Amino acid sequence: MQQLNAQETPSVEPIRPPEGQEPNKIKASKSPFQLAFARFRKNKLAIVGIIILVSIILISVFADLLATHDPTKSNLLLIENGPSSEHILGTDGSGRDNFSRLLYGSRISLIVGFSAMVFTLMIGTTLGSIAGYYGGKIDNLIMRLTDLMQALPFFVLALTIISIVPEITITLFVTIIALTSWPNLTRIIRGTFLSLREQEFMLGAKAIGASDFRIIFKHFIPNAIGPITVNATLMMAQMIIFESGLSFVGMGIPQPTPTWGNMLSQAQNIRILRNHPEAWIPAGLGIFLTVLAINFIGDGLRDAFDPKSNRR
Amino acid sequence: MYKYIIRRILIFIPMLLALTIIVFALAQAAPGDPFTGQILDPNIDPEVYELRREELGLNDPVPVQYFNWLTSILSGDLGQSIYYNGRSVLDLISQRFPNTMYLGVFALAITLMISIPIGIYSARKPYSALDYGATGFGFLGLAIPNFFFGLIAIYIFSINFGWFPSQGTITSNNLTGITALIDRLHHLVLPGITLGLAGTATYMRYMRSEVLDVLGSDYIRTAKAKGMTSNSVLYKHTLRNALIPIVTLMGFEFGALVSGAVITEQVFNFPGLGTLFLQSVMNQDYPVIMSMCLLFGVFILVGNLLADIFYCIVDPRIRYD
Repeated sequence: MQQLNAQETPSVEPIRPPEGQEPNKIKASKSPFQLAFARFRKNKLAIVGIIILVSIILISVFADLLATHDPTKSNLLLIENGPSSEHILGTDGSGRDNFSRLLYGSRISLIVGFSAMVFTLMIGTTLGSIAGYYGGKIDNLIMRLTDLMQALPFFVLALTIISIVPEITITLFVTIIALTSWPNLTRIIRGTFLSLREQEFMLGAKAIGASDFRIIFKHFIPNAIGPITVNATLMMAQMIIFESGLSFVGMGIPQPTPTWGNMLSQAQNIRILRNHPEAWIPAGLGIFLTVLAINFIGDGLRDAFDPKSNRR
Repeated sequence: MYKYIIRRILIFIPMLLALTIIVFALAQAAPGDPFTGQILDPNIDPEVYELRREELGLNDPVPVQYFNWLTSILSGDLGQSIYYNGRSVLDLISQRFPNTMYLGVFALAITLMISIPIGIYSARKPYSALDYGATGFGFLGLAIPNFFFGLIAIYIFSINFGWFPSQGTITSNNLTGITALIDRLHHLVLPGITLGLAGTATYMRYMRSEVLDVLGSDYIRTAKAKGMTSNSVLYKHTLRNALIPIVTLMGFEFGALVSGAVITEQVFNFPGLGTLFLQSVMNQDYPVIMSMCLLFGVFILVGNLLADIFYCIVDPRIRYD
């Protein structure tokens, strides 16, 4: 009648070879993480994504060394110049070097994307796990709140808040993005937790008297780490597009800070759009490549964590 | 089912109220007089200023202010624009609304006309060249920011080839009849494709996985076994079931369409609600901003409501209790 639950800790300790000896005789079975990692490594697109993303991270870290000019320094004698040996991609409307701005721009995109993602993840995981774990009234309340937040498109809500605050800094900007975009993630995490709640090992953990805190952090989150990582990755890509969109319409990180969105916003001027494609196309390609790479990685992670999916 | 629909509508009403509270709170946080836009100059005589405030009810307790604001909104009075020197907000919005509606409908039409056939084809012939092409397009479509796509489209098709106009909605007011319609559509092509791009990629992915799902189900096998042709299996069984989630998705993608319209209209200098909203944000024209927040919110809530009701009507398998 009784069935042992095989999902949690195996009853026998895996046998480990003594130290200093070749561990080839006894093979411990692979953990789900190792399996996921192995699947991830086989995914070519995901590896391409990693390579692109690492290159962009390296560029942003070493922007100081690679840049030929100070990205914020304007030179009023060199406004909207075409490419030359001095300025590879020409200069912008204030005479700043486009190439150096392009390199530094990756920094802002990655920093804003990453920190907004972490911030959103914190809000989403907390609210999502509370809603999914406790259910009932709290769940209802949190879900109605997400419904409500989703009733205002986050671009519109963010712009409204930006119009109210007196001055925008990067920290404030990240906060605004996070405060307007948590609902989606909260929903996903809640959904995952709701299904986990019905599993036997949850009952087991409760039966041995584990506290709510312990159950959430020791059992829920490790089991939901797949969907959380995947969505966090894809979210970071969205945040980068979001940031550049706000900067593009002139409501994001203020000039002269170099961001890809700020560089693209020059192209709203028909003269630059027409005559100086070298001034704005590279910035757009920068956003495109970064987002593409992150999406490749996210999709690779999704397939790696989900053994059922066999394609892409 | 009817019980569910009634309950869903009953949830909709408090949601609408909560939305007005959020917008009201945002407006309260804004400087100046965000509701009516009537106190313009903070430099006027403080006594007169105070008198005006009293007159407009700005010194009333917050709940009273909220109630007054709500009643005036329900009677159709959205206040006056600061930037447009006291023009009624309702006027401004209703003037711009048709343009955005055409753009949205055009973008959605393109999205559905491209994504559904290709999604079906990809699912029926997975791993074919077209399926790989569609997958690749999906990745590109989701990774290109729509304003960058719009700029490239202007650069190539408008500046270099001169095929499509890059700005506005009409060439001149003098055109009539069929030429005017064609002119309007001609202006819609680039912004419509730009706005529809991300949606096309999303719907295509959904459609593919939905059709694949349905094709693997038992009733399709039964239909094939009793000798139905593959075309009638497709139209009578597969599509009817696979399209249900797409319709729901449309209800929820409404918000993405609105956000996308704001930025797309900016790229193409398109005189719609999006450019009006951005312009108001830049000029801190709060009466317009708040009214538009409310308007977008109501649109999206209604969209979600309709999607839920539709879902429950077309899919009798789902039991709500």
